[in-house]
Amino acid sequence: MNPQTATTLLELRDLRTVFHTARGALTAVNGVNLSLHEGEVLGLVGESGSGKSVTLRSILRLVRPPGKVSGTVLWRGTNLLELPESRLRKVRGGEISMIFQEPMTALNPVLNIGEQITETLQEHTNLSSQDRNARATELLELVGIPSPKERLKDFPHQFSGGMRQRAMIAIALASNPKLLLADEPTTALDVTIQDQILKLLLRLKDTLGMGVILVTHDLGVVAQTCDRVAVMYAGRIVEVAPASELFAQPRHAYTLGLLNSVPGAQSTRRPLIPIPGAPPNLANLPPGCPFSPRCPYVTNACKLEQPALQAISSTRLSACIHFDRLEPVNAQPPPEVQP
Amino acid sequence: MKPSDHTPIMRVRDLTKTFPVASSGLDRVRGLPAKSVKALTGVSLDLLRGETLGIVGESGCGKSTLARCLVRLYDADSGTLEYDGTNVLGLRGKNLRSYNRRVQMVFQDPFSSLNPRMTVGQVLNEALAVHRLRSSREIPGRIQELLELVGLPKDASERLPHEFSGGQRQRIGIARALSVEPETLIADELVSALDVSVQAQVVNLLLELQERLHLTVMFVAHDLRLVRHISHRVAVMYLGRIVELSSTEKLFSSPEHPYTQALLRAAPDLDPSRKNTLEAVHGELPSPLNPPSGCAFHPRCPKAFERCTLEVPKLEARGLEGHESACFLYEPSSKFKLNLNLLEKP
Repeated sequence: MNPQTATTLLELRDLRTVFHTARGALTAVNGVNLSLHEGEVLGLVGESGSGKSVTLRSILRLVRPPGKVSGTVLWRGTNLLELPESRLRKVRGGEISMIFQEPMTALNPVLNIGEQITETLQEHTNLSSQDRNARATELLELVGIPSPKERLKDFPHQFSGGMRQRAMIAIALASNPKLLLADEPTTALDVTIQDQILKLLLRLKDTLGMGVILVTHDLGVVAQTCDRVAVMYAGRIVEVAPASELFAQPRHAYTLGLLNSVPGAQSTRRPLIPIPGAPPNLANLPPGCPFSPRCPYVTNACKLEQPALQAISSTRLSACIHFDRLEPVNAQPPPEVQP
Repeated sequence: MKPSDHTPIMRVRDLTKTFPVASSGLDRVRGLPAKSVKALTGVSLDLLRGETLGIVGESGCGKSTLARCLVRLYDADSGTLEYDGTNVLGLRGKNLRSYNRRVQMVFQDPFSSLNPRMTVGQVLNEALAVHRLRSSREIPGRIQELLELVGLPKDASERLPHEFSGGQRQRIGIARALSVEPETLIADELVSALDVSVQAQVVNLLLELQERLHLTVMFVAHDLRLVRHISHRVAVMYLGRIVELSSTEKLFSSPEHPYTQALLRAAPDLDPSRKNTLEAVHGELPSPLNPPSGCAFHPRCPKAFERCTLEVPKLEARGLEGHESACFLYEPSSKFKLNLNLLEKP
């Protein structure tokens, strides 16, 4: 989809989520600006602690104290962060649904699947009790659960991991959402089941016309499912690009490092190109670009000021000073740089 | 590195392992038979000296059980396990300890496999002292050597496991395994808990150490891309059995078993232009409490025919040389034993 002509569904402006802990303030999400277009699948990738899941939860104000969310979450003209709780509840699980990584903890263990679906239908639709039951069966069928009518009476523990994730998707879809937030929906699943769930999500997205934000750490999943990708590092978005362009040539040194770390198909038993060091401590970020201590392209300018996320073409954004000097993926080693 | 020769250092034949499952009171009252999980149902393979053998499969396929049986953390129910000509399953006491010194295991989660109250120095000291590899005077020097070998800072020996990041902890786990100068490493999901950028560091370390120390490695993992990258040969497991075993290149370029084919198709490709909208395989993994008859994959297999439901196909050479699979779609190519010298040199 062409981002210029598509209508914006959701817009994050300077989103900031800070956890005030005994050891000081941790800024998990540090000024995120991002927009999602109608019918688009946007991937939010990064390593653990990069703030991708907190960003997703902040959209629906699902961050618990001591976490505090500020900034703007613009959803069809309203700022969700300023909405009173009663009105937010209409949006949460209604227009915007969410699915989680571990369906066993996200589902209620003492309610059967049917009750958990009809609960959502009761809250967000005007269907009669009889219609709700019929709709619940329909939804289970939609997500590919065999003999749906009988399975409605089953409890989550009677489902396998993949089936639970399907059931959770059915609950999320009950309200006909316009936007689905998916937080590592396939990370706990085996690869053949992951493949089934991702293809199901893509099919449903097309038939129901939803936008999807998919949080994942798996670059393969991103390549196979997302239209556009936002890469996060240390609470900031460092690069945004259409998936095809991002994998062809990253324009941030961190993205390049990530892609280089993944074993490619041809490089048997050759050393990989890892990113040296470890992700930074959020309570103690280095000055300037947070990636600079691990970056092979680093220059003095990187350490002075945090580079802003800027448009580098009509479709791409990058927060890397050296975006136009980066090597192609899997070209080693990085060039010598005079500081 | 090339395997120095093709002689098997470890020979596994028809290994089986069953875990009893606690039955509910109701089941007992009803007089139902006790349930059990058949984790391994006849696994046979050779581990060749100097090679890296990858073991892949989805959760519940028995790959971790196999790894644990090989280091005698679990006792196999039946079958044979030979290491360098010795029957391992019969070893006890001193001889078992000596086997465990030669064959070391590294675990997935370095946090739960390291004692949180012992400093890294104490952990390594214990390993060295138990196996009496160094006199107490030489131990501190050896510890420094080991830390350097796995790329940990010098002061690491004074610190506790929680002071390290995940990647560093995995290095500690590797250092502990290497401290006793083993010949063979069994790595169970060595890097699965790590972020991708750190994963690459540990994989490089493993490749480098294997070269320097002439290690034989069995690399158990679910990540196909990773296994492909570091293995000379790969075995694919499904529900307690090996369904295909071949050189890495042949397995990935021309997989024979429909399950291997499905697994390869399901692994998401890093190239967005190669999108596939069809599901690689339908259905779910059957329960190991009640595995299907015949070939365990037949209920999900698009090519299954009657024989698949009745008989268990044997793992044997059925087409390409050096390529074994357990599928009736292919006729066994010969009755001869697989000639290991014909294996393609990695």
